Amino acid sequence: MKITFKIWRQKNSDSKGTLKTYDVDGLTEDMSFLEALDHLNEQLVLKNEEVIAYEYDCREGICGQCGVFINGRAHGPHDHMTTCQLHMRSFKDGDTIVVEPWRAKSFPIIKDLIVDRSAFDRIIEEGAYISSKTGTAPESNAIPIPKAKADKAMDAAACIGCGACVATCKNSSAALFTSAKINHLNSLPQGKAEEHERVEAMTWQMKEEGFGSCTFTGACEVECPEAISITNIAEMNARKLKAKLLG
Amino acid sequence: MLNSKIPEGKLEDKWRNYQLQSKLINPANRKKLSVIVVGSGLSGAGAASTLAELGYDVQCFCYQDSARRAHSVAAQGGINAAKNYQHDGDSVYRMFYDTLKGGDFRSREANTYRLAELSAPLIDHYVQQGVPFAREYGGTLVNRSFGGVQVQRTFYARGQTGQQLLMAAYSQLYKMVKAKKVTMHARSEMMDLVLINGKAKGIIVRNLVTGQLERYAADAVVLATGGYSRVFRLSTLAIGCNGSAIWKAHKKGAYFAGPSFTQIHPTALPQSSEAQSKLTLMSESLRNDGRIWVPKAKSDERPANEIPEDERDYYLERRYPSFGNLAPRDIASRAAKERIDAGHGVGRLKNAVYLDFKHAIERLGLDTIKDRYGNLFKMYKKITGIDAYKQPMMISPAAHFSMGGLWVDYELMTSISGLYAVGECNYSDHGANRLGANSLLQASVDGYFILPNTINNYLADEMKVNQPDLNHEAFDKAEREVKSNIDKLLNINGSKTVDHFHRELGKIMWNECAMSRNEKGLKEAITQIQNIKEEFWNDVNVTGQGDEMNTELEKAYRLADFIELGILMCKDALQREESCGAHFREEYQTKDGEAVRVDDEYSYVSAWEYGEDKFKLHKEHLNFEFVNPTVRSYK
Repeated sequence: MKITFKIWRQKNSDSKGTLKTYDVDGLTEDMSFLEALDHLNEQLVLKNEEVIAYEYDCREGICGQCGVFINGRAHGPHDHMTTCQLHMRSFKDGDTIVVEPWRAKSFPIIKDLIVDRSAFDRIIEEGAYISSKTGTAPESNAIPIPKAKADKAMDAAACIGCGACVATCKNSSAALFTSAKINHLNSLPQGKAEEHERVEAMTWQMKEEGFGSCTFTGACEVECPEAISITNIAEMNARKLKAKLLG
Repeated sequence: MLNSKIPEGKLEDKWRNYQLQSKLINPANRKKLSVIVVGSGLSGAGAASTLAELGYDVQCFCYQDSARRAHSVAAQGGINAAKNYQHDGDSVYRMFYDTLKGGDFRSREANTYRLAELSAPLIDHYVQQGVPFAREYGGTLVNRSFGGVQVQRTFYARGQTGQQLLMAAYSQLYKMVKAKKVTMHARSEMMDLVLINGKAKGIIVRNLVTGQLERYAADAVVLATGGYSRVFRLSTLAIGCNGSAIWKAHKKGAYFAGPSFTQIHPTALPQSSEAQSKLTLMSESLRNDGRIWVPKAKSDERPANEIPEDERDYYLERRYPSFGNLAPRDIASRAAKERIDAGHGVGRLKNAVYLDFKHAIERLGLDTIKDRYGNLFKMYKKITGIDAYKQPMMISPAAHFSMGGLWVDYELMTSISGLYAVGECNYSDHGANRLGANSLLQASVDGYFILPNTINNYLADEMKVNQPDLNHEAFDKAEREVKSNIDKLLNINGSKTVDHFHRELGKIMWNECAMSRNEKGLKEAITQIQNIKEEFWNDVNVTGQGDEMNTELEKAYRLADFIELGILMCKDALQREESCGAHFREEYQTKDGEAVRVDDEYSYVSAWEYGEDKFKLHKEHLNFEFVNPTVRSYK
């Protein structure tokens, strides 16, 4: 199949970027979207042009490192999917595909389609952990956790940290990311000891990084590869209120 | 001389005896000592956070944009532990024996026992860190089965166990970043190891954003850089996984053990085109309930659902009745290859077998199967477009885990003083074949429990040694060499892409040094890879510059190391004239195609010393004091 790609090219964080057009032939429906970009890059090398920089690692939808805007949608045309899981059979021969980096002030562009998501690490740093040292754990079955509770914690913990929620949000809010982590830990008995400090510190850091506020449009949960529910944000807000009153 | 430093005493006393004799460092002194950890997966993040908790000053490096991307994240099925929660006769000893046998008696008894011994406290550790493992309605932990084992000892968090463990390790790492005891360097790749007076004292790092070379010094260096199965190009590994850090250490004197012992996983998605970059794994846990079969007739073109029961060959159940679909990975992969080669393969390229859930859905109901494997079925549908609740999955063997790696002693120290290797990048507990759900275990136990209790034995004496100077000539020399290597790659300006050479290398490795090997093929492979090396250094084209983000350059220098590693793997496979675990030499098999191990001659770990023209073999003879190595049978 033949595709016209319009791809964001930007040399580095200081320079201005622009959309550049590439006509690519020889693609097949079996190829993943990233393999189509690999194919384009090989052709650029053969023409002695500089390759397009984009991110990926596991290419199986779990590491969270890939992620671009494809025709105006985070991770492409399907709901709940990562960029690496998208295949060319989702497009038609002759299509034009516009590829842009994540758009958010808190995710500055490093080069082409690569952005800096270290703001997420700094939110984690503020309290997304249980402060007990290696070697201090009690016997696992001493603290039973009912299945429903464990399942709910797992639903929230499934976040892969790709940043699609932020990129797709009109306010560039990181509320889905932050709430998923808070709810994962705060809903488990092991996370209770630091629950109030955790919610306060992580939401504070979220603002500090320049992420916007949540206005509950629900755009994030549609693009989330793990389909993490927006109800997590409401739960986080309730926890925050509780922390203010009781913390 | 290889000194494995196995402690005295009974098997169950060795680790305790070791700890009693090992040197300690008082907390006030620990903060004067620094450690470099390269890699941020379970072993790296586990080691970095625990060493920092103990008070050491830690610098941790990863090539990804965040520590949370490390490839431990992709392990799906679970983690083993001898908790005996299922009341089915499990014990530390049984787990030790299963692991030793699974590895075809090519690992040390003492190491393997310690792995089993530390498994139960590790589960407690992860539960305390907030890992949402699967639970019963009453709140206790659930287990499932994995290959090569007849008890249920695998703990899991849906099909995302690795992700959940890594999130725990990553969060603990950031807890120590917040405490200012760990400095995290993401998008930073180790380019070389620096030795001063024969001891590992630092690394040269390339900042992947700016392209600048940086120097870091410490009192000890820990490599936690994962597996090297991307040498086959198509593998279940992340695209960035590479063998460069351990290869550079090998070139500086660290022995490389069992390089050809790489595991081919039986249940990955089949290759569908030449352009493919990755083979996605489907968890071994699927073999708990899925049944593997091929049509009895050759080249059967009918859709799977139209092939009646009596025309299906459930070949694993037929050949290995007592373990059936849960035969170990090396055996299941070879059995699949045998059927595919005999013309029974399915799918467009006839390179796959079926993994069928029809009977399981009838027996347990759709909801139970969805609860157990829902995310794997979803993943399968995303990639293939096929609904596996309605028709069987198509799966195929793919390069997966490397049992081989840097040779380490009982303390996890390599043959270079002060250089440690933890997790998949070492050769320690798995022998010639790793059992499913033991890799998350080994990585975690190495990082959290073992290294923090052995590194002190070395660092105690380093108190007297001055902190290495970043201007030491050893740093100058190493940096100069890295720079000249990069400049060389950028100035070849040849006619072929890096990926072209990687595809060529991958094909040779897959055909001659994967599931089945023979003398003639291996000898030819070595010559062919040498030719690839020659051609690569004369005709590759690497665009862009060295002093900027350059993804093409990263691929190029990693491939240059893979090419050299590929040669060593073939040499290792050629030298070992027996079949054991994942290493199947066609010349050494029974009439019905089972492996023939030659204990009289090859009951040792092959540890290779690097030489410019020739690798030198050192043998660590395996002394089985407690277990009598038997013929491995899963029939």
